[in-house]
Amino acid sequence: MNVVVCVKQIPDPVAPGALDPGTNTLNRSGKLIMDDSDNYGVEMALQLAGGEGDEVTLVSMAPGGETSGLRTGLAMGAAKAILISDEALAGSDALGTAKVLAAAIARANPDLIVMATESTDGYTGTLPVQVAELMGLPSVTFAKAISIEGSTIKVERQTEAGFDEVVCPMPAVVTVTAGVVEPRYPSFKGIMAAKSKPVENLTVADLGLDASQVGSAGSGQEITDVSESEARGSGEIVVDEGDGAQRVVAFLEQLKVI
Amino acid sequence: MLETDEHRLFRKTLRDLFEREIEPHVNVWESARTFPAHDLFARLAPVGIFGLEYDEAYGGMGADHSFTLIAGEEMGRISCGGIPMAMAVQMSMATPALAQYGTAELKEAYLAPAIRGECVASIAVTEPDAGSDVAGIRTRGVRDGDQWIINGSKLYVTNGTQADWLCLLARTSDQPGYQGMSLIVVPTSTDGVVVSRKLEKLGMWSSDTAELSFTDVRVPVSNTIGEIGRGFQQQMVQFQAERLITFYKQVGSIELALARTKAYLAERQAFGKPLLANQHLQFVLAELSARHDMLKHYARTTADAVMRGEDATRYATIGKLMGSRLQREVADTAVQFHGGIGYMDEHWTSRFFRDTRLDSIGAGADEVMLRILARMDGYSTE
Ligand SMILES: Cc1cc2nc3c(=O)[nH]c(=O)nc-3n(C[C@H](O)[C@H](O)[C@H](O)COP(=O)(O)OP(=O)(O)OC[C@H]3O[C@@H](n4cnc5c(N)ncnc54)[C@H](O)[C@@H]3O)c2cc1C
Repeated sequence: MNVVVCVKQIPDPVAPGALDPGTNTLNRSGKLIMDDSDNYGVEMALQLAGGEGDEVTLVSMAPGGETSGLRTGLAMGAAKAILISDEALAGSDALGTAKVLAAAIARANPDLIVMATESTDGYTGTLPVQVAELMGLPSVTFAKAISIEGSTIKVERQTEAGFDEVVCPMPAVVTVTAGVVEPRYPSFKGIMAAKSKPVENLTVADLGLDASQVGSAGSGQEITDVSESEARGSGEIVVDEGDGAQRVVAFLEQLKVI
Repeated sequence: MLETDEHRLFRKTLRDLFEREIEPHVNVWESARTFPAHDLFARLAPVGIFGLEYDEAYGGMGADHSFTLIAGEEMGRISCGGIPMAMAVQMSMATPALAQYGTAELKEAYLAPAIRGECVASIAVTEPDAGSDVAGIRTRGVRDGDQWIINGSKLYVTNGTQADWLCLLARTSDQPGYQGMSLIVVPTSTDGVVVSRKLEKLGMWSSDTAELSFTDVRVPVSNTIGEIGRGFQQQMVQFQAERLITFYKQVGSIELALARTKAYLAERQAFGKPLLANQHLQFVLAELSARHDMLKHYARTTADAVMRGEDATRYATIGKLMGSRLQREVADTAVQFHGGIGYMDEHWTSRFFRDTRLDSIGAGADEVMLRILARMDGYSTE
């Protein structure tokens, strides 16, 4: 079985980059790391495609030929990667990115495509379903467990009330939420092996796409303004005077969490 | 030493790993005066940390020494000294001699499971009457056919209440001084091995420290590491690995302590401005940073020498000496510049202050480092 995992390479949140004042987009030059939320996708894919002849391929679109983040996924155990890097891609919106990813994914001919529900830097949460639509594939979102049964997948899909069981033919796009599996750490051996794993470098032209459909040229979206997010208010401290448990329950009920 | 993408990814992996597997538990383990070594080591081992430079035939990583430097620096950033010390025992204190001199059978039986994190190892050298002067040890192994019968006691054994096996230094002949000692692997399940006391300490609270006694403990002579009678010399080689990892941890711990102190002083207001606005504080920190920079680069030069296969005794000695001293000075400064909160048990500074005191005593006291250097440089008349 071939599984593709889409991996976003983002500026290290420990030293966050600045916004470009001209375009209001994140400055992505310099070393990037694998988005933490993709750890779960890679782990899920490695667990599903752990058999003889199975293979996990990573697909990423990133500026400047950046592979640092991809190496993390390769070190975890993915077999190879496809990187799409092209100056024409600067300023891509979600749909433009989806077109590029869909075209690159198609080259790997996968049985299953795993993506994170959303990325952690600049996100719309729409990319996975756009990729599925462009590829003409079914999509199942918010998976908390996936199992393969012949040529179909069975997914436990997280809902507000619990989970739905969804059965879906392959190939399909599945999005996984953070925390659904415990991602492995790359081992020293994995890190060294990743150095020699193949990374295919592609441009927009290699994918047979027209440069006018992608990047800022093809973007139907413009960021007109950005503003500081509201500072998070301080939490509520419940001092236990014997009724602590009941008050915590009441608080959670009021938030409709339980 | 060139830091490659692989070094960076290994560093990040360790930082994430420690953040997830160690940090959430540090306060609990410090209060408990111990930590679950078997459970933690099993969780840490898969990244390869317990066998970095060891032979792949026994599950080692076959890495070069630069990765030990990275590991040490990241271990130094853990928010207590006890856990990284316990890890360092398994990595670089109880196992190097076994890896270098042990037979294939002995390595298969004891080194391989230590690398896999399936067992916990200790180094047992110090005794009630012999610490700095290792040649003064009295624990004896008397040969009876193909067995050693061991009697004696060992003090301050790190991981000692939990260890599955000890790398034990004992006298195995009547020759005096540096002669006639052997390093022997002693499984702690052997009859006659007793944890006589769990010791309370000034710092390093999460690490358990034991006094062990040995009464007619029988182990096969085939458990001897390397040559019978060469134990002292092999232990001196093993001490080198111990001093190097201690030094590398200091490079990491000092860097983090300075960064945390700076961040606090930038926030804390006094006399209408942040404390950091006082030039005196800036200059003291700048000076410590300068000395840290020298130490950090000395660590890289040291790692390069080890990788070239040179005798790194001088590097290990100077690095351990200067690192221990600078670390104590940084800890003292951190407490001072934090004021009252710096003295509080709940704050990282007081733990750092307690824990860092050990490095000038353990793994060879500062004066022992100076003794080695004085001899090397011809200052000593001995
Ligand atoms: C928390 C902790 C963990 C430890 N873990 C282990 C372990 O796992 N395994 C193990 O075998 N040991 C361990 N030790 C023991 C440690 O290595 C010894 O304490 C150390 O070597 C010093 O020996 P000593 O305590 O006998 O001091 P002594 O040898 O009595 O020396 C006391 C002091 O005298 C001075 N001094 C010594 N020699 C000289 C000299 N030649 N010239 C001038 N001054 C000198 C130094 O200031 C030294 O600190 C540990 C110790 C501690 C505190």
